Amino acid sequence: MEERYALRMEGISKEYAGHRVLKGVTLRVRPGEIHALMGENGAGKSTLMNILFGMPVIHATGGFEGRIELDGRPVSIDTPQKAMELGIGMVHQEFMLIPGFTVTENIKVGRELSRPNLMSRLLGPSLETLDLDAMARDARRALDAIGLAVREDALVEGMPVGYLQFIEIAREIDKAGVRLLVFDEPTAVLTEGEAERLLSVMKSIAARGVAIIFITHRLDEVMAAADSLTVLRDGELAARRAVRDTSPVEIAELMIGRRVEKLVEEREDNRALSDRDIAVSLEDFRVEMPGERVRGVDLAIRRGEILGIGGLAGQGKLGITNGILGLYPASGRVAAEGRPLDLKKPGEALGRGMAFVSEDRRGVGLLLEESIQENIVFSARQVNGDFLRRVGWMSFCDSPGARAHAREMVKALDIRCTGVGQAAGSLSGGNQQKVCLARALTLRPRVLFVSEPTRGIDIGAKKLVLEKLVQLNREEGVTVVVVSSELAELRSVCDRIAIVSEGRISRILSPGDSDAEFGLAMSGPGKGGEGRG
Amino acid sequence: MGEKAKGALRRAGLPRVIILGFFLLLLAAAGALGMDLGQLLGDMLRRWGMYGVLALAMVPAVQCGIGLNFGISLGIVGGLLGGLAVIELEVAKSPALLAAGARLLGEEKGPLLAQWAAVLAAILMGAALAAGIGWLYGLLLNRVKGSEMTVTTYVGFSIIAFMNIVWTVLPFQSGELIFPNAGQGMRNTISLASSFSQVMNRTLAFSIGPVAVPTGLLLFFFLCCLLVWLFLRSRTGAAMGAAGQNPAFARASGIRVGRMRLLGTTLSTVLAAVGILVYAQGYGFMQLYNGPMQMGFTSVAAVLIGGATPRRAGISHVLIGTFLFQGILTLGLPVANLFIPGSNLSEVMRLIISNGIILYALTQTGGGGRE
Repeated sequence: MEERYALRMEGISKEYAGHRVLKGVTLRVRPGEIHALMGENGAGKSTLMNILFGMPVIHATGGFEGRIELDGRPVSIDTPQKAMELGIGMVHQEFMLIPGFTVTENIKVGRELSRPNLMSRLLGPSLETLDLDAMARDARRALDAIGLAVREDALVEGMPVGYLQFIEIAREIDKAGVRLLVFDEPTAVLTEGEAERLLSVMKSIAARGVAIIFITHRLDEVMAAADSLTVLRDGELAARRAVRDTSPVEIAELMIGRRVEKLVEEREDNRALSDRDIAVSLEDFRVEMPGERVRGVDLAIRRGEILGIGGLAGQGKLGITNGILGLYPASGRVAAEGRPLDLKKPGEALGRGMAFVSEDRRGVGLLLEESIQENIVFSARQVNGDFLRRVGWMSFCDSPGARAHAREMVKALDIRCTGVGQAAGSLSGGNQQKVCLARALTLRPRVLFVSEPTRGIDIGAKKLVLEKLVQLNREEGVTVVVVSSELAELRSVCDRIAIVSEGRISRILSPGDSDAEFGLAMSGPGKGGEGRG
Repeated sequence: MGEKAKGALRRAGLPRVIILGFFLLLLAAAGALGMDLGQLLGDMLRRWGMYGVLALAMVPAVQCGIGLNFGISLGIVGGLLGGLAVIELEVAKSPALLAAGARLLGEEKGPLLAQWAAVLAAILMGAALAAGIGWLYGLLLNRVKGSEMTVTTYVGFSIIAFMNIVWTVLPFQSGELIFPNAGQGMRNTISLASSFSQVMNRTLAFSIGPVAVPTGLLLFFFLCCLLVWLFLRSRTGAAMGAAGQNPAFARASGIRVGRMRLLGTTLSTVLAAVGILVYAQGYGFMQLYNGPMQMGFTSVAAVLIGGATPRRAGISHVLIGTFLFQGILTLGLPVANLFIPGSNLSEVMRLIISNGIILYALTQTGGGGRE
């Protein structure tokens, strides 16, 4: 006997420009069930949801394969309007609310209740009078259903973030006939108390028979609220489990997966690492980086090691490097070579022999309209005063010197380009990454921070970049810190791997530790055994 | 072949091609109608030099990230004050300078020395004032990141209105400056005949047939261009360019983005002060009150025609753009007058072209925002 599902997505595949991002994925959700959809960034969650909502981006790129059934009936969803009519709703991560409108107006926008009047009888229904009382009653009912004690005639502007999230939910459940609600990382911006409230609201909505798809990175929330879960990995279905049959450790393992690929050749290692020879130390280090907040990290980076920093998205691993380099407001004590670092002063870290390759290549890493040459020498010129020629009391850019150096780098890192004058923006992702790395190397750093060095680049470039990091470390004694969401990558190059969870270091592991250990560390400091360091 | 042509068109930019075509059309028309092309060409060179430095003021503004600086009227006001001070102090009439000039250059060209001293003193004073004004202006613009162009436009208009009050109460005494017959306040138009009128234009001037070449003026313009070009190639100039192009990138290289924007704004304002004095000496008059109102738009249009965008501007854009824009206006007036005598069609054309090109540039970039 077949089970009844509110939603069945069977054999869903999707290609973007020859690149398969979804490979035969299945997603089944029962009515009244909270179903967690999990997976690392790039696993295919958003593509799957875009398909469910019939987003134009899907149909503009050739549609998808597979079929969708709602309550056992096959449906074709080709526009977001269609999805809405079928009773599928979405609670967005960024709030889609109008600040100058009241709570009622926001809940009812586009679906206002109205009464006919003289003008509307003459000129059509768009001129009907708004039935404000009925609208307010509906809004009140929706707000009561989720237990939000806010006045329905209050302006949305200036309300705390937590309220906005709940108003957004009230709007979705006010829609008549809603039978499937998608929550896209709803707790990412909420405080702990608000998040707990949200989970209980989700449960009460589900209890009314609405199916819920809950997208989140937080394992404890899944364990607390969800009934079942689907894990995606690299566009494939990794597993479907009932929550009562699984554990946070297993989920984390499923999300990470083990990939057997050898990324870096073995090479001779005659380094002497010592816990007493510290290159950079962090104490109670905090960074206000939106979405990657660091809430008190203590970490000692040994001179000459390759340290990995891993963890699930949004837990704060990216904040650590960005904070040290002064790109986001940071506090706490940071010392390089024993001397404290002034976190407020721009360029302080660079001046103290550190260099950084940002995870945001196009946003932070490159001057897209400038040449490869300019991108490579820029920081060294600003920070170290290299590539300048003095003419009397003035100094100007030394173009021949810069060009020679850029050519050397292009050769050493195998940057595929038409010449060093090509604009950096026109290169492929892998070659852009090599340009970023070249700029960091040109600074001749003693400590090199690299964020997501291989995100979105092909396997060849990936190998080369990792090889280069190891070579720098072994041959030139550069201390390297690699931040990455790819555990396999960290395990293949690092001496130690610090796992970040909820803005803190949950454990420091060695690359040889088991998947279970890593899974445990990622699932949070509270459950990590020896806990908060 | 078609592909090649398309590529060339894209590189040059459609508006530049249209303007160039229009320019050539006017040139052909002027020739066919039997006008004195030599004299027209001389006029074009003169106006190129006169307007060039004002257009140059756009370069540091765009490079540092504030976009097209419609508010150069701030710098213009500084420059005008410098000019007024020089007339008040009668630098050009200084007996010592006149005597020295007569000894060095001979009787005929003697006054040039005193006049150069006057214009340079005006430029120095104007630049110093503009530096102060520009710095405050930069502080303002650092508070309105994202909507600089709107703000610069209104600041440009506001300063004109504000100065309309100030001009009437400034305590200058010289009879050449204040309204005649014991009047109060500054005149609308102040003649430079007794101070530095045409001093740059006349220096080293020569003629090739009917074409008069204002050598001193062009040399001064090119010198300004060279200085800005050198600055952009210095360490600070490169840092400023990066701050304008990608603030996040600049910050990651340890550059204080706010300070770079301040520097670029100040520099732009100072260049505007220099620019208005170069313009005034070529014109022979200084115009106060609403005189500088349109200067911002004219300068913005010139660099845009030269191929600049609200995010990138270089010296070549200034040189090409000013020449094309002023060339069209020079040719346009006599040609238009032949068709419709006594009209001010040329002024209409100036407005259409300058506002049209500004509108075009803004549609191309979404109001100066980043994608």
